[in-house]
Amino acid sequence: MFVFTSKMKLLAGSLTLVGLVFLLIGFNTDYSSHAAEGHGTSAHAEDHTAEASAVDVEAVPAADEATAHEAEAADSHADEVDEAEAVDAAVGAEGDHAEGHEAHAAEGDHAAVAEHVEGHEAHATEGHGATHDLSANRPWAAFLVNSIFFLGIGIGTLFFLAIQYAAQVGWSAGLIRVFEAVAMFVGIPLLGILFLAVTGGMHMHHLWHWMAEGIMDPASANYDPIIAGKEAYLNVPFFTVRILAYLLIWAGAAYLLRRNSLREDAMPKGQNMFFTQRKLAATFIVLYAVTSSTSAWDWVMSIDTHWFSTLFGWYTFAGMFVTAMTVLNLLVMYLRLNNHLPWINANHQHDLGKFMFAFSVFWTYLWFSQYMLIWYSNIPEEVTYYLPRFKGEYKPLFVMMVAMNFIFPILVLMSRDAKRIFGFIGLAAVFVLAGHWMDHYIMIMPGAVGYDYGFGFAELGGILFYAGLFLWVTLSQLAKAPLKLQNHPMLTESEHFHQ
Amino acid sequence: MAHTTEPTPVVRALYHDDDVLISAVKEIRAAGYKISEVYTPFPVHGLDKAMGLKETRIAMAAFMYGLLGLTVAVTLTWYMMISDWPQNIGGKPNINWGMNMPAFVPILFELTVFFAAHLMVWTYLVINGLYPGADAQNPDPRTTDDYFMVELPAADGLVDVLKKSGAVEIAEA
Repeated sequence: MFVFTSKMKLLAGSLTLVGLVFLLIGFNTDYSSHAAEGHGTSAHAEDHTAEASAVDVEAVPAADEATAHEAEAADSHADEVDEAEAVDAAVGAEGDHAEGHEAHAAEGDHAAVAEHVEGHEAHATEGHGATHDLSANRPWAAFLVNSIFFLGIGIGTLFFLAIQYAAQVGWSAGLIRVFEAVAMFVGIPLLGILFLAVTGGMHMHHLWHWMAEGIMDPASANYDPIIAGKEAYLNVPFFTVRILAYLLIWAGAAYLLRRNSLREDAMPKGQNMFFTQRKLAATFIVLYAVTSSTSAWDWVMSIDTHWFSTLFGWYTFAGMFVTAMTVLNLLVMYLRLNNHLPWINANHQHDLGKFMFAFSVFWTYLWFSQYMLIWYSNIPEEVTYYLPRFKGEYKPLFVMMVAMNFIFPILVLMSRDAKRIFGFIGLAAVFVLAGHWMDHYIMIMPGAVGYDYGFGFAELGGILFYAGLFLWVTLSQLAKAPLKLQNHPMLTESEHFHQ
Repeated sequence: MAHTTEPTPVVRALYHDDDVLISAVKEIRAAGYKISEVYTPFPVHGLDKAMGLKETRIAMAAFMYGLLGLTVAVTLTWYMMISDWPQNIGGKPNINWGMNMPAFVPILFELTVFFAAHLMVWTYLVINGLYPGADAQNPDPRTTDDYFMVELPAADGLVDVLKKSGAVEIAEA
């Protein structure tokens, strides 16, 4: 029987508290100083109408420091735009997509007035304009990054747990309690996202750009016809309802699977609830097939509101699933090292390692599928997403993230023996976890804060806060029931599992 | 008889059950005899470990073949699409290989897999002496149906061990 020791309680509790303090500091920090450094992305107001042009950009009242920095910022960006367009955006593609600001982006007339280039740059980097300072979104965006990252651990494990029942998996029966404990965490990051949605609806931040005031209102200066066209789906009440639905389905499934499994323990020897669990798991998987995509659109894709990608849901899911597999590997490793799981051996660890390896490759496959199609078709409305990420300041992070999530796990975990050795799993796990945190960061930050990104109290605080809560929930759940199921029909198979 | 060319005599023991076979293999090895080959009608799980076979090195070979495939693909795409006859396809940059790399990734991937998979199969066939027209190496056709055969060099006291291990038929050849 696993015991949630007071030492671990202290660790989890203090992590949460320190995280909370860091978050408070992070939320009370003024991030706008970055805006004055000459990025000029946030200060330049602009409209979204199809007639967007140099004149319009100039005509819209600019923020106070905008005028001062205009010329300088435009200069510094001109080179960058030049390069970006010469290489990617404009080669052979001009004129085909003469639509709104896209035409603007593809014109490639670098002799144009500074404001022109400026306007294009603002479009290219943010994918949308903003009449407010984006840096104010920074702590909220950081909290969303951490919420999504830690949600991935919970929901990925819950999905994995459901698969074990739906596919009648034998080898993992001895690990189900571990999966259950991690899956029970799924509700907490969801509450964090609900908090973000509610505060966004109250206009405390505009992390999700479509929540901005007047953006759906034709009479407003802030009107954006493209976003207004998405109003039926992207509106605050429906958004909140969807989050509640995810909470109900996901946390509900985790709770029911766990409750049944505990009930099964109390049953007489030889009886089990396997088929009840299987039906429940299958139902959850069907619902999750839909909600995994919609949740990714809601929370991450809708930040770059104009932009869309059909495989975005899968891409996000793949990242979440790898994160979950990595955490499971670490957790099982920890439990085995402390002799809590004597019925689990290197063969089981090997299989968990395979999942970590395989889904790292799967993530890369989806990541590249999305990237290559956009790169190849070169349609301005799509490439705007990759301009800040591949041509802008995010490039080093972006390249490093891909290397950490693909090349590193491939090289470290490919060999059979490596998946059985704690040191190798641990090493790969550190890189994969950091890599997927960065992946979520790069998904969210460019759209939410433009170039006012960084790593400070808000980011670190969110990590510590959620890590503390994760430890607390998981370890207390592990301590609540024996780590070995009592009546699971596949238990013997799991004990004899070898390869 | 110092330079005999005659093959060493071998003993062949037949078993009728795969579980008996595995325990027999363990017993024979525990008694200190070296098993040279086991013939089975289907793959017997755990037999390789019971026989104490070395871990296969085909994985390392496959990795090398994959690298070879990757190298061939890089050379191929670079020579054809960049060096020899650069073309403007969809406005994609063809100044150097790196700029056009994303377009080549499917080719890099396919050729890596192609080389790894095909050469691995060929390696397997060559090492095991399997090629079209090769003579059957199976000493007893019953091992393709429902018998399991252990083959090992003749030695003193071997027959008793085999009998004790559950062999249903023992022959010397």
